[in-house]
Amino acid sequence: MKTRIRSIFLAFLGAALLGLAASPAAFALSDAYKDNIYNTGRLKPTDSALKVKAGGKAPDFTLKAVSGERVSLGDFRGKKNVVISFVPAAWTPVCSDQWPGYNIVKEMFDANDAILLGITVDNIPTLFSWTNQMGKLWFPVLSDFWPHGAVAKKFGVLRSDGMAERALFVIDKQGIIRYIDVHDINRRPPLEVLIGELEKLKRGK
Amino acid sequence: MTRRMLWFALLTWGMVLFGPTDGRSAGPPPVGGKLPDFTLGVPKDAAEKTYLGLSGSGAFKIPQIRAKTVVIEIFSMYCPYCQKEAPNVNQVYGKIEADPTLRGKIKLIGIGVGNAAFEVGVFKKKYNVPFPLFPDGDFVLHKLLGEVRTPYFIGVKNRPDGSHQVIHSRLGAFESVEKFLDEIVKTSDLN
Repeated sequence: MKTRIRSIFLAFLGAALLGLAASPAAFALSDAYKDNIYNTGRLKPTDSALKVKAGGKAPDFTLKAVSGERVSLGDFRGKKNVVISFVPAAWTPVCSDQWPGYNIVKEMFDANDAILLGITVDNIPTLFSWTNQMGKLWFPVLSDFWPHGAVAKKFGVLRSDGMAERALFVIDKQGIIRYIDVHDINRRPPLEVLIGELEKLKRGK
Repeated sequence: MTRRMLWFALLTWGMVLFGPTDGRSAGPPPVGGKLPDFTLGVPKDAAEKTYLGLSGSGAFKIPQIRAKTVVIEIFSMYCPYCQKEAPNVNQVYGKIEADPTLRGKIKLIGIGVGNAAFEVGVFKKKYNVPFPLFPDGDFVLHKLLGEVRTPYFIGVKNRPDGSHQVIHSRLGAFESVEKFLDEIVKTSDLN
């Protein structure tokens, strides 16, 4: 009997300590969005299985941008390194706190011959309203809405709830994936690491 | 003994579900109140150290800054309004430094919430921010300061006895640089 109670105690305590260790989603909100951000609460850090790997060829795709143009990954072959930034959803906390940062470091992308493609599974009108709050973005924002999340699925970053992961892919000019970060959806990937990967690519490492 | 262990486990669960263990605070520091207890790292840069009137290394508290009033901007490199407001905040700094009655008496600092040192550095370089900025990469200070939206401005009056009082606590961009500075000067009671 005592052993059983001890087991229950340890199970409870273990679960509780895990709960304490798992900090809530970490984000700050810009006043730019006023009270319009929907708080998703803490989500399962990742919820998909990658279908691509570093060193492999990136699957090609064509998606419609908020600006109306159609953008293909192949457009940059032989011309630019490409960073693909999948974010889970418009009007959610951490996502609203990611691309505006990339928006002020165009020089860092330029210095490393790189272009940024932002992708979510939201539709164009939603992306239009949301990204308007960020100021004028220098990079294309693409909608992977229909067929829903098809590109995210190709890369293996479509979550079971239909959102994309918070994922970064660095693809070189030959279309080879050089870096993958399927990040904890509740946290923003550190900029320093991404820029470091682009610099490595530039140095030919 | 076993019953005590069970109670302990249940209590721990209670802390997870209902307690303040997630570090969230009640709200931003109110005018008339005090700052929560926190320290910042003494800057390595000699000019920033001189500006703040600090020496050596390690940590310091806001009242240790050599100034009658300290204006703290809570910002993030990732916040569109903070980016837009940066030139205006620089203007406040410029006006203070250009006015002999204010220079040395009112000092500015920024805390980049959720920003690593690299990200704070990007913001500083991008907008030529002339005053010291400090990283808060893990949102520790952000939680202590009430998880405010950004930008958020807190004015703190340092008293000669080492105590302090919050004299300004407001969310959002300035209506105007002049109006903001006037308000800080008035509430600072510099004479």
